[in-house]
Amino acid sequence: MQAYIVRRLLALIPTLFFASVIVFVVVRLIPGDIIDLMLSQNDVSASRMDRQSLEQALGLDQPMHVQYVRWISAILLHGDFGKSLWQSTPVAEHLVARLPITLELGLLAFIVALIVALPIGIYSAVRQDTAGDYIGRSFSILMLAIPNFWLGTIVVVFPAIWWGWSPEVRYVPFTQNPLQNLSQMFLPAIILGTSLSAVTMRLMRTTVLEVLRQDYVRTAWAKGLSERVIVVRHVLKNALIPVVTLIGLQAAILIGGAVIIEQIFVIPGMGLLLLEAVSQRDYPIITGVFLVVGVAVVLINLLVDLSYGLLDPKVRLG
Amino acid sequence: MTAITEATVGRRERGPFIGFAIRLFRDKPLGAAGCVIFLLFLFCGLFADVLAPQTINQISPINRLKAPSLQFPFGTDNLGRDMFSRILYGAQLSVIIGFCAAGLATVISVVLGIVTGYLGGKVDMVAQRFVDAWMSFPDLVILIVVVSVVGPGMWQVIVILGFLYGIAGSRIIRGAVISVRENMYVHAAQSIGATTPRILLRHILPNVMPPVIVLFTTRVGAVILAESGLSFLGLGVPPPAPTWGGMLSGAGRSFMYLAPWLALAPGICLTLVVYGINVFGDALRDLLDPRMRGSGK
Repeated sequence: MQAYIVRRLLALIPTLFFASVIVFVVVRLIPGDIIDLMLSQNDVSASRMDRQSLEQALGLDQPMHVQYVRWISAILLHGDFGKSLWQSTPVAEHLVARLPITLELGLLAFIVALIVALPIGIYSAVRQDTAGDYIGRSFSILMLAIPNFWLGTIVVVFPAIWWGWSPEVRYVPFTQNPLQNLSQMFLPAIILGTSLSAVTMRLMRTTVLEVLRQDYVRTAWAKGLSERVIVVRHVLKNALIPVVTLIGLQAAILIGGAVIIEQIFVIPGMGLLLLEAVSQRDYPIITGVFLVVGVAVVLINLLVDLSYGLLDPKVRLG
Repeated sequence: MTAITEATVGRRERGPFIGFAIRLFRDKPLGAAGCVIFLLFLFCGLFADVLAPQTINQISPINRLKAPSLQFPFGTDNLGRDMFSRILYGAQLSVIIGFCAAGLATVISVVLGIVTGYLGGKVDMVAQRFVDAWMSFPDLVILIVVVSVVGPGMWQVIVILGFLYGIAGSRIIRGAVISVRENMYVHAAQSIGATTPRILLRHILPNVMPPVIVLFTTRVGAVILAESGLSFLGLGVPPPAPTWGGMLSGAGRSFMYLAPWLALAPGICLTLVVYGINVFGDALRDLLDPRMRGSGK
């Protein structure tokens, strides 16, 4: 187990290195005319900032590798992501304020997805090839195809037409009023979780079917245990392990979806921060969000892999 | 001997496509339905200019926000533009973007996958860590960031999506290559001194074609979905281009309360097309590539 953890942690270093290089290179692709555009678009700021100081603020006056080392060491040593171009506040402050909101949304979406997907997936497998199974499976494929921004639009538009109800736009932080916050996040979380629940449902069905064919399940049947006991005690525990892996695989998709959901429901998370920064061409913020999102996904995957090691004796001992 | 050759030639002449189509419709009814949706979508996209009753941006203030009727099957939008025509032209854009980006992505996946999978060693190790890092960024976040740098537009979106899915998809091709690499005929080719490019092109590539075809098909769906998400955020193909994602956002959004059909038609088309491509892709995978069977169920 210790060797496994060490191996996993070592593999983290090159991945994080490449991730930071990707972030750096992609954002440094900024062609010169975009700087002109930034200067011409924002008249107010342009008066305070000429071309040279803007290039300096973006660190564009140095060779690439020097820029990279300066940028990454500031982040690693001082947690310094630079300053927002237009608000001149540290980018790190924005990130710290917004990240928990997106994580909360993602976590809620995940919980909702599990609550929906697990029972249906298990039912589908236990009653394989019945009408219920077909309905569950068709439903899950359909859920995979529905774009979440369309679902979000429908949920915002139709209740407003039919019942005059629309979701609250003013965001209430969890620390201020947990109940109101949760009730506000509930609907966005359901929509964000739809495709995840579809994937989980399909995975759950496959793994339960696989476990049902195992010898120990046959033994349990032979002992005369009831179906409920077999499913809950023998099947569920073993079928849940692959679902944990799914968290890691789906983390990136969930955060990507959160960008759209946050925009529709005006939730001030990382996604909305990114979109605001893009519309203002605030590159230090864009870079910060890009990096933090990537690193968050890498770390979630690390946690998943480590917990996988704890959960699954085959990994723990192997 | 000649009889056997003639028999195989005879079967060949019936065409692999017809035989495949028969198997598809007999064994995979859902996949066949997906195939029909896919072909219908392709047809609408290719012949949008002929099929559409009106041009894309024909504004007619008298007809603004008309409910669906015989004259306007999907209603009209806030500028009086015929939604049915716009949906058809939207299909055309989706077909262009879907096929170009998925094509580019597949080429990138194949080149990267074959090279890293066949060569292995250090090149592969470094490349795989890079792919790890690449895949840890959400698709949409990479798209948004790159668009913020290079600016929105159809060709930008195609190239970005091509690279985005191309790099991620190289994993699948690499896996297929690794399992093909150890076959006897590859070792035989190596032993008679065939050059590496020859082995890659003549022995490896033809044998990884099934996953390549499946990858391309499923990527078309993924690309269309990603592009519409991007256009929804106003970062894809800029208006007045009739993208399905763009129709669900922007100026039209505030009119949806008055004219709910504006929110329905693009979403239903998008869902239907992606659904069709997904089930068709699943069926293709089952029929073409038995090794991948069950991997996505």
